[in-house]
Amino acid sequence: MARETGIGESRTLRAALIAGSAGFLILFLVLPLAFLASEAFAAGFAAYVRSLGTPDTLAAIRLTLLVAAIAVPANTLFGLAASWCIAKFEFPGKNLLLTLIDLPISVSPVIAGLVFVLIFGAQGWLGPILSAHGIRVIFAVPGLVIATVFVTLPFVARQLIPLMQEQGLAEEECALVLGATGWQTFWRVTLPNIRWALLYGVLLCNARVMGEFGAVSVVSGHIRGATMTMPLQVEALYQDYNVVAAFALASLLALLALITLVIKRLLEWSHQGEIGSAGSA
Amino acid sequence: MNGIEIKNLNKRFGETVALDGVNLSVQPGELLALLGPSGSGKTTLLRVIAGLERPERGDLSIGGTDMLGRPPRERGIGFVFQHYALFRHMTVADNIAFGLTVRARDRRPGKRAIAARVEELLSLVQLDGIGGRFPPQLSGGQRQRVALARALAVEPRVLLLDEPFGALDAKVRVELRHWLHELHRRLGVTTVFVTHDQQEALELADRVAILNAGHIEQIGAPREVYDNPASSFVLEFLGEVNRMPCRVSSGKARFAGCALEVNCPGVPDGEAIAYARPHAVALCDGGEAKDCIGTVRSLSVIGLRTRIHLAYGEHAIEADIDRSQVAALRIVPGRQLGMRFGTIRVYPSKPAA
Repeated sequence: MARETGIGESRTLRAALIAGSAGFLILFLVLPLAFLASEAFAAGFAAYVRSLGTPDTLAAIRLTLLVAAIAVPANTLFGLAASWCIAKFEFPGKNLLLTLIDLPISVSPVIAGLVFVLIFGAQGWLGPILSAHGIRVIFAVPGLVIATVFVTLPFVARQLIPLMQEQGLAEEECALVLGATGWQTFWRVTLPNIRWALLYGVLLCNARVMGEFGAVSVVSGHIRGATMTMPLQVEALYQDYNVVAAFALASLLALLALITLVIKRLLEWSHQGEIGSAGSA
Repeated sequence: MNGIEIKNLNKRFGETVALDGVNLSVQPGELLALLGPSGSGKTTLLRVIAGLERPERGDLSIGGTDMLGRPPRERGIGFVFQHYALFRHMTVADNIAFGLTVRARDRRPGKRAIAARVEELLSLVQLDGIGGRFPPQLSGGQRQRVALARALAVEPRVLLLDEPFGALDAKVRVELRHWLHELHRRLGVTTVFVTHDQQEALELADRVAILNAGHIEQIGAPREVYDNPASSFVLEFLGEVNRMPCRVSSGKARFAGCALEVNCPGVPDGEAIAYARPHAVALCDGGEAKDCIGTVRSLSVIGLRTRIHLAYGEHAIEADIDRSQVAALRIVPGRQLGMRFGTIRVYPSKPAA
């Protein structure tokens, strides 16, 4: 219910503000999504399914799933280890580590991709050694995985660090005194206390892994059917004027985003306290 | 029965000295209080005993076995943390059972035996029927008792409690204090608890160790330390006390603005401070025999006693008297009264302190 508050904005101003933000949301969020859906189905449902079924597109979906299957667990493990160290121990260089974890967020993904080309590429530092052993990193799947891991590295760690710092060490110390080993303490005390925040972080990490464009675009080499992830394939199809196929594949990514948002909302709603303060941000 | 022997324990955190050569011997079955202001090292001492801190130097043995080389889980310790540290995602029953369920398979009791033990402990701490609840659903007093039951579940050789009543409100605190005393008497497990509340320490403990700046100032039975404080620190820490500056020469303390003379053999000549507790200050009519004359500044009623704030010369004195005396002596602000001192102790003033 709209109620006259002490702040005292007039009715008209309030109406204008609400209309303004609603209009902004429709223009920039709802309309593009609606347009995406309508374009994807412009030639009918059969064409939608057919365009998703082409070998190149199927290969792109498979590759994205493969990259996610490696990058998400890798960053989950890293996030757990880093946040555990940072939250539960004092060590020299802790602030440096905290800053480094944020680096991928502040660096443009394109630059991240270029750095890996400079390290692993044919003319890069490690290029000659790698090619001597017949290992391809750049313009191949390993390069895509490395670039993706770099870009999505902070997601799990940033979710866990504030929560674990807030929870402190007392429960772990208590478990140790009661006779638990370090391993038992981790599995039975530390992990259950952070499980919802961990799931939340993994979810955000996964969404970013599957949607990442900039860094993978640099290291991919755009070999159709081989090194094209879903976002890259969308761009390629669009540039081929294959609008229906491009929007069909894009609709899958949009669907992933929507599902992520729904689960995220559900987690926030049911486990607010256990996700931590960063969860509401 | 297991006693604790601590010899010359040293612990520092960076530049801060937390324990400075602590020697302490806890008798088997004893209930010992570690009493001191914050920063005196009492919690650090408790954590060193539990193995949660590693001292730089010293010896620690429990029941005659050297403990410093052992991890916390091999020390046979029951520890109740200041804020209880209950496992928030486990039920009360799972919390209590934790110490048993993490044991190696060959030493772990069966599921039924564990469940029976949990029931037994729940009833010991008078929490029957709440085994299925989660910690956030409990009151402060209940959490404290769950933490205690969890610590007792492993049948510890010694029980350590860090500020066990610190997070509770005054009424619950007094109740739990009596209850813990009773429980200790029944179980007889060697128990050390940390507190900054002298009332709590004096009331509950068999012996009290008073810590100051990382070392033990005095240790003894509550009466003993209260009646014969080893230092002005102990005296000041164990309850409210009046400080009266004085000058000592050849074993006699004299006061400016006061005819009082106190024998204090052994105190070196020079500036000193005399201490008298408020209940050791008696008030009388100006005409009677007295040590000193004071002017009443104000009165405040504390239950059956009344606290009279007086002044002599530039100094303030507080006296606790019976409420009936207030009327008998017609005590009102501004009135001049005689003061007679009971026990009064003189300590040299600390240099530059």
